[in-house]
Amino acid sequence: MATGHFIEGIAGGRLSSEQYADNFSDLHPPLDHHEALVESDRCYFCYDAPCMNACPTSIDIPLFIRQIATGNPLGSAKTIFDQNILGGMCARVCPTETLCEEVCVREVAEGKPVQIGRLQRYATDVAMSQDKQFYKRAEPTGKSIAVVGAGPAGLAAAHRLARHGHDVTILEAQPKAGGLNEYGIAAYKSVDDFAQAEVDYVTAIGGIDIQNGKALGRDFQLSDLMRNYDAVFLGLGLGGVNALRAEGEDADGVANAVEFIAELRQASDLSSLPVGRRVVVIGGGMTAIDAAVQSKLLGAEEVTVCYRRGQEHMNASGFEQDLAAANGVTIRHWLQPKRVIAENGKVSAIELEYTAIDGDRLTGTGETLRLNADHVFKAIGQSFVPAHLNGSGEAIDLEGGRIKVDAEGRTSLAKVWAGGDCIFGGDDLTVSAVAQGRDAAESIHRALTSNGRA
Amino acid sequence: MADIRNNFVGIKSPNPFWLASAPPTDKAYNVERAFKAGWGGVVWKTLGEEGPPVVNVNGPRYGAIWGADRRLLGLNNIELITDRDLQVNLREIKQVKKDWPDRAIVVSLMVPCVEESWKAILPVVEETEADGIELNFGCPHGMSERGMGAAVGQVPEYIEMVVRWCKANTRMPVITKLTPNITDVRKPARAALAGGTDAVSLINTINSITGVNLNNFAPEPTIDGKGSHGGYCGPAVKPIAMNMVAEIARDPETQGLPISGIGGITTWRDAAEFMALGAGNVQVCTAAMTYGFKIVQEMIAGLENWMDEKGHASLSDIIGRATPNVTDWQYLNLNYVAKAHIDQDACIKCGRCHIACEDTSHQAITSMVDGARHFEVIEAECVGCNLCVNVCPVEGCITMEPLAAGATDQRTGKPVSPVYANWTTHPNNPMAKVAAE
Repeated sequence: MATGHFIEGIAGGRLSSEQYADNFSDLHPPLDHHEALVESDRCYFCYDAPCMNACPTSIDIPLFIRQIATGNPLGSAKTIFDQNILGGMCARVCPTETLCEEVCVREVAEGKPVQIGRLQRYATDVAMSQDKQFYKRAEPTGKSIAVVGAGPAGLAAAHRLARHGHDVTILEAQPKAGGLNEYGIAAYKSVDDFAQAEVDYVTAIGGIDIQNGKALGRDFQLSDLMRNYDAVFLGLGLGGVNALRAEGEDADGVANAVEFIAELRQASDLSSLPVGRRVVVIGGGMTAIDAAVQSKLLGAEEVTVCYRRGQEHMNASGFEQDLAAANGVTIRHWLQPKRVIAENGKVSAIELEYTAIDGDRLTGTGETLRLNADHVFKAIGQSFVPAHLNGSGEAIDLEGGRIKVDAEGRTSLAKVWAGGDCIFGGDDLTVSAVAQGRDAAESIHRALTSNGRA
Repeated sequence: MADIRNNFVGIKSPNPFWLASAPPTDKAYNVERAFKAGWGGVVWKTLGEEGPPVVNVNGPRYGAIWGADRRLLGLNNIELITDRDLQVNLREIKQVKKDWPDRAIVVSLMVPCVEESWKAILPVVEETEADGIELNFGCPHGMSERGMGAAVGQVPEYIEMVVRWCKANTRMPVITKLTPNITDVRKPARAALAGGTDAVSLINTINSITGVNLNNFAPEPTIDGKGSHGGYCGPAVKPIAMNMVAEIARDPETQGLPISGIGGITTWRDAAEFMALGAGNVQVCTAAMTYGFKIVQEMIAGLENWMDEKGHASLSDIIGRATPNVTDWQYLNLNYVAKAHIDQDACIKCGRCHIACEDTSHQAITSMVDGARHFEVIEAECVGCNLCVNVCPVEGCITMEPLAAGATDQRTGKPVSPVYANWTTHPNNPMAKVAAE
């Protein structure tokens, strides 16, 4: 055990370098050739397959698995990419246990679904390792489209638009493309700088110009884009983090889980990344689990997730909860933050109040619990920040605090489409963002080319 | 405890599981290991006549096809008869028989199709105290090009002739091994019987190409870019072999002729099925070549367990029990009506029954009922074909349920007749015989 393991407060270097490397290795190592054949043979090639219907991008899963089984992994990859050009990342980060694999008939039959995610990774890895490009651009249409945000929705939209012969400019506020794939996914789910490799693979089709460090509302306005481009796609993501609304949350050591996750992804030396000895994560979704598990893997001694409702209400899937438990994270339910207790300005503990359902309402019971903590992460959700949209010109319609779109991704503004986490009614999944970007691109294409004909 | 001791044409063995003439029985080392593992007998790999030994190819001798997880389903080989010196083989046979007197040792033979050759080899084999001989009229590759093996087995007159020579020149029981590479297996069986054979064994391997290498367009197994049809065996050939065994067992001309069943036998159940169709014992090769000799322990225990469960005291209680139930199509009861039934609790909703029926059969299984994914049989369309049963991945989920006499068949609207009636008397049959009053 490294000497830093028991350092009080927030500190780096808690583990040996071997432990860091081991802790942040691939969560689901790739299937080798034989494993892929054995696993693909388990697929029953169902009629009107439930897995396919459960996939937000409607990948023809039985077909791509059969193509693996019959020795055609490239054909398999094309089946995947036809529907989801970010199929490689989705294979890694999709909560398959609540999507395709949940409804796999083998899950129903024997509690052991076909490992669709890992098979999808196998096929896409084969294609990407060969840099096999399946799509050629159509003849140039002369139309140019601005995409705001190089996350999953923006990249999917850009690729589909480029395929149709349009020129695409992506404006991205961050120094790197990828969005949450680059900044928001737990490190052990996307190793070897995969997010950037995927950006390169997607943009290799040509006609996509990514401009980093360009933030909407700071460096350009929506009205500029509407003036200078034939269409605009907004894939902005969520910029805000919900507050705890607990007394004292400004103390040192209270941090946003999403920022912690992003820092971790960008860190070149994990030992330099400080984490508390006793960590409390407030929240019950994937972000809470990612922050908690990674805190533990960075060497925190005690990590507790506190969620204000019951286990059955958690947004984190059963798999994610089990993953947390297996890594030594304690998950506690029916607790809401009440007060952050600081010593010399630094957090030393958090006081939580027990909760209960009273009729339809969640209420505090008045009874409290105090957990010692030197690091508290807020992971109670993110919010859309519409302020950046409000430059000169018309305001875009919002719904539930996010951008209002129709079934094709059209916003209230004529030349503007949107998709991904910034739109209302989504489920905050990478794969759904891809579907929305793709479908919006098709809608834009139809609008610009008189029903798809250039 | 069931008694599984076997007496096949006077050759006794502690169980009915013999190793077939093949690489596993090529020399004393292997055969002794087999006997230690529990095999009841062996048919020693085919001996040829005195002289320079046979040569084999020095590249691949085997090809294969595989199922899930590379489970070997079918094997093919182009190995010839033993390539060891005749005298070495004879010495070893004699020694092993002496050391293992309770096990059966039958010697497989293949010499040119002239009487002198058979007259020369029979006494030297007899001298080993082996229990019997098996005439290899089946080997489909290599030797057949030299007028032996299947080249003899495909000509009933030659079979009869050679069997007759052997019966005239040895006291040992003669088992004639038949090739399946022929249109009607009853013909060579009848010929062997006419020549005086004590038994037949079948099947030998089937002419086959297991695959084609799509890089160099060479058939598998490939020797320096070329391939030759090899002999196919293993689980894949079992249905073909069982039919041939049954054909001989139920042929009035060969009825009662002892049969040693061969072809894809891998488990006790396979062996029991062959014996039920009329085989007096069984010979195994591919299963041993896939898993080693230890599998016989599963076979022995499994057969005993099944016989105990069913109250069968000895092998004679099971041999040939299914033979009378093998009949010609024209005698099947056309008044028997069965309908598929899907157990909704067991159904995992994969939909394979639906799509198989919808695309390729009778559109008799739903995919959606009241807006929900639901698979059930539409009895008015179901012809009882059994395809859904066969493609369903859940054993026992779909069953064929016979309609009781008097019940209405919703497909035809007619009541099910309690009377047995077959094609020979069916009104649609122009050759129908008028049923006797």
